[in-house]
Amino acid sequence: MSEDTDAKPPAVTPARVVIALCLVAPFVAMLWVSSYAKVEPTFIGIPFFYWYQMLWVLVSTALTMVAYKLWQRDQRARKGGASA
Amino acid sequence: MKDGVNGVALAVFIFFFVAVTVIGFMAARWRKAENEASLDEWGLGGRSFGTWVTWFLLGGDLYTAYTFVAVPAAIYAAGAAGFFAVPYTILVYPLIFTFLPRLWSVSHKHGYVTTSDFVRGRFGSKGLSLAVALTGILATMPYIALQLVGIQAVLDVMGVGGGETTHWFVKDLPLLIAFAVLAAYTYSSGLRAPALIAFVKDGLIYLVIAVAIIYIPIKLGGFDDIFAKAGEAFSQTNEATGKPRGALVPGEMGQWGYATLALGSALALFMYPHSITATLSSRSREVIRRNTTILPLYSLMLGLLALLGFMAIAAGIKVDNGQLAIPQLFENMFPDWFAGVAFAAIGIGALVPAAIMSIAAANLFTRNIYKDFLKPDATPAQETKVSKLVSLLVKVGALAFVLTMDKTVAINFQLLGGIWILQTMPALVGGLFTRWFHRWALIAGWAVGMVYGTVAAYGVASPTQKHFGGSSKEIPGIGEIGYIGLTAFVLNVVVVVVLTFVLNAVKAPAGVDETSPSDYTADAGDPGVTVELPPATAGAPGGH
Repeated sequence: MSEDTDAKPPAVTPARVVIALCLVAPFVAMLWVSSYAKVEPTFIGIPFFYWYQMLWVLVSTALTMVAYKLWQRDQRARKGGASA
Repeated sequence: MKDGVNGVALAVFIFFFVAVTVIGFMAARWRKAENEASLDEWGLGGRSFGTWVTWFLLGGDLYTAYTFVAVPAAIYAAGAAGFFAVPYTILVYPLIFTFLPRLWSVSHKHGYVTTSDFVRGRFGSKGLSLAVALTGILATMPYIALQLVGIQAVLDVMGVGGGETTHWFVKDLPLLIAFAVLAAYTYSSGLRAPALIAFVKDGLIYLVIAVAIIYIPIKLGGFDDIFAKAGEAFSQTNEATGKPRGALVPGEMGQWGYATLALGSALALFMYPHSITATLSSRSREVIRRNTTILPLYSLMLGLLALLGFMAIAAGIKVDNGQLAIPQLFENMFPDWFAGVAFAAIGIGALVPAAIMSIAAANLFTRNIYKDFLKPDATPAQETKVSKLVSLLVKVGALAFVLTMDKTVAINFQLLGGIWILQTMPALVGGLFTRWFHRWALIAGWAVGMVYGTVAAYGVASPTQKHFGGSSKEIPGIGEIGYIGLTAFVLNVVVVVVLTFVLNAVKAPAGVDETSPSDYTADAGDPGVTVELPPATAGAPGGH
């Protein structure tokens, strides 16, 4: 379902695998609620549950950025070929 | 609530309201194109928006006044469970990254304005397209109504909403004025109005959050104290349920619910017509992908905002209506003038999405009901005229909804709307990647999902409501409590897959697909894909 990546590839390249992992990682992290449903350790008084998820906003942004850059490079390399 | 009108806050609020009204009307002249009479112009801003405008527009669109009021209100009421909005908005962006550029491309190539346009073109089925359009309109209406609830909360706290004893007309007059003005500039400027106003809205929101998240904890003695007090409050027994009021972290029982609600909401968000409208108005597919890397800034803001719910508890805010918790917190904590700025942020935060939603619903009606079924030979000028009128009707309908019915009705319908809109996903997202699904199977799956979702939600009782008491219920076969929308969606997909096998086996007519594989990857500048306007914002299209 959500694990789709754009890559319906003519060839599965390492870059595309990395793109897929970058896009899937937030799903694994966020849907695995028991991994972060706890109070300790707190950060400036904020329970782990809250700051961990907010941290993931930044992590997933970084991952999406990596995916975006890799995708751009992939597309540039294949310019002229049809894929997306 | 304090008695009387908060004059300073009200003056600041009115100042900003007048300012955005002027902007709204001037927007009609912003980056105007020649072909004014087309629905592309009024309803999609000429499909010309660059990265930053799209960012503000989508942000203004997805993070609505209701979100600002409801997310902290949920935290205020029950703690951890309300925080699902954060993982939900985290999961949205990888999804957008994956499928929306394809929708953008095929829509640009074929001139699709709505998701139903695409579904009709892809599956050659007016029936399926009508199902998607009706679902979209039904799901959007209560959403618009809830924006009004957001404005009402702010007006109430400022003291201009009047008490229960005030004559209804006096009580609702400020809301009527706000909506009349909104309707007028949406009518005249189309999507350009909310796009420009979104700049003001988000500027104000970011300012308010930045100040609130530093200023209020200092006044309350730091986050340690805030969470200690909140934890204490949550452990008190609720008289209505006999259980603790809430928890700082979800217990084992609540984890399935938390995860399924986050996932289901993330999947549903980009099925909503207003998100699609904002997406299709962007200039190129690169704009969309680039936006997935900057939109999460709003998720961060939402997370901080959610923490305000704990602050409201720690500050000893006591309100019967949880929706008022945050406006009341602002009123108690901030100096009057800044409370006015905060209220303006929420109030304007309601206007932007309400405008976009009414445009999106109007586009759906015009393209997929009026043109497909009532007047197939409608000219672009006629389409635009109908769309403008329907955008007015939709708003009047939402207003009537809020003024005549209990607020909980709007909230119930919005909850249902989320469940419903998710049922259009197999046709839309499935269609973007494969033509394998059979159109009749998609209709059947949609119907099953709609019926199951509605019946299941009807059967959820809460201490205060007999029906529609929540959006989670035991998942059949798994036994955990999960989001109804997601369960309905899984059922929907199962029906679609099974029936597709059957229908393909008996060679049922599959309908004509007017799209071709290369349409899904076309970008601005390719043959047949025109760029209407020269780029006027920062960021040239990348990737070339």
